[in-house]
Amino acid sequence: MSCDLSRSTLHGYFDGELGAVSTVEFKRHLEHCSDCVLEITAQDFVRESLRRAQLYELASDTLKKRIRAHVRSGVRTAASPQRLIWRWFAAAAALLFVALLVWRVLPGLRDDDEYQAELAAGIVDAHVRSLQPSHLTNIDSADQRTVKEWFDGKVDFALPIRDLTNAGFSLLGGRLDIVQGRTVAVLAYARLGHVVNVFMWPTREREASARVGARLGYEWVAWQKGKMEFCAVSDAPPAELEQLHRLFSE
Amino acid sequence: MNDLDPEDWLRFEQLVLPHVDAAVNFARWLLRSRADAEDVAQEALLRACRFFRGFQGGDARAWLLQIVRNTCYSWLEKNRPKELMVEFDEELHRQPVATPESIAIAVEGRERLTRALETLPPRYRELLVLRELEGCSYKEIASIASIPLGTVMSSLSRARRQLHCALVNPGCTEVMREL
Repeated sequence: MSCDLSRSTLHGYFDGELGAVSTVEFKRHLEHCSDCVLEITAQDFVRESLRRAQLYELASDTLKKRIRAHVRSGVRTAASPQRLIWRWFAAAAALLFVALLVWRVLPGLRDDDEYQAELAAGIVDAHVRSLQPSHLTNIDSADQRTVKEWFDGKVDFALPIRDLTNAGFSLLGGRLDIVQGRTVAVLAYARLGHVVNVFMWPTREREASARVGARLGYEWVAWQKGKMEFCAVSDAPPAELEQLHRLFSE
Repeated sequence: MNDLDPEDWLRFEQLVLPHVDAAVNFARWLLRSRADAEDVAQEALLRACRFFRGFQGGDARAWLLQIVRNTCYSWLEKNRPKELMVEFDEELHRQPVATPESIAIAVEGRERLTRALETLPPRYRELLVLRELEGCSYKEIASIASIPLGTVMSSLSRARRQLHCALVNPGCTEVMREL
């Protein structure tokens, strides 16, 4: 073994521990150094025979059990294996609870959001439709009793019509509309040049605080009161819709 | 004795206990005795358990083997102090050259390999066991055997040369033992 490289670089190469550059350099060296080639061949023989001889000695099962028992005996007595099991059980139960919560409640929240979004879309679409010529009302009247009578027999709920003239909302009339396959009553108001549609239909939902949103440049505010669901839509400023919401809730 | 929390114990069980085989194998080759190896490995595991809070994470096998090694050397110092005094003499082992042919004949048989390995001084034997049997990287070897990473390659090269020597000429390391 006369080559100096074979004294250690060869072993780094043999073990795959040389860097990329050194590996390339050593490969180049191997092309014309028979000493190193022989040495690597010899190393391969030894490695292969060590592998074949299966010299690795595994721990006996007895020892493994003994070690486990010894180590376990050192675990703080406050936590016997039984307690440990309970702790894991508690942790598993907590995890299950969270999983259930995520599974049951989160989709519910998402469904609610989705429902709101679809509803808002349907209502804004209906609002836009109503702005087309002769689509706004089925019954033109500023008189709330006339409008209320028109709705009798057409919807199965009592219409909460309000006279809001003093508040600056003048009644234009009412119509039936269909939003998401559901027949709804609509009251149309005029407010400083803006048309405000108030959609209403019965609901089983409990009263909830108002939700607001905007879509296609129209603002909407939705709320529930007295087993009825309301949604007011307009291109009027949000504050005016909010005022209408307050007036209806009184 | 030791003070493991149940959480620590679970971590210990997951990280360290899978390497009990490695601990026994390493101890067996350092001590050259199966029976002693099981005792010392067990002691090392208990030590590991005691020191486990100090384990910063990372390579649990290397961490455990380091403890096994220290336990083995303490045991050797106490029971066979002579073995640790043997050091490898470069000059004496410059020869003979191991050719592939001589190696091929020499490596036949488990007994012969075992004997050759066992004649090496522990500080070389351990490198070969870690590399060839345990498949450790140089980095792991450096941390287990407490030597600088930069010297792993040259130390392995010396250990291998000595193994070749022992394989081809069984008397070669016997001379050393008597020094």
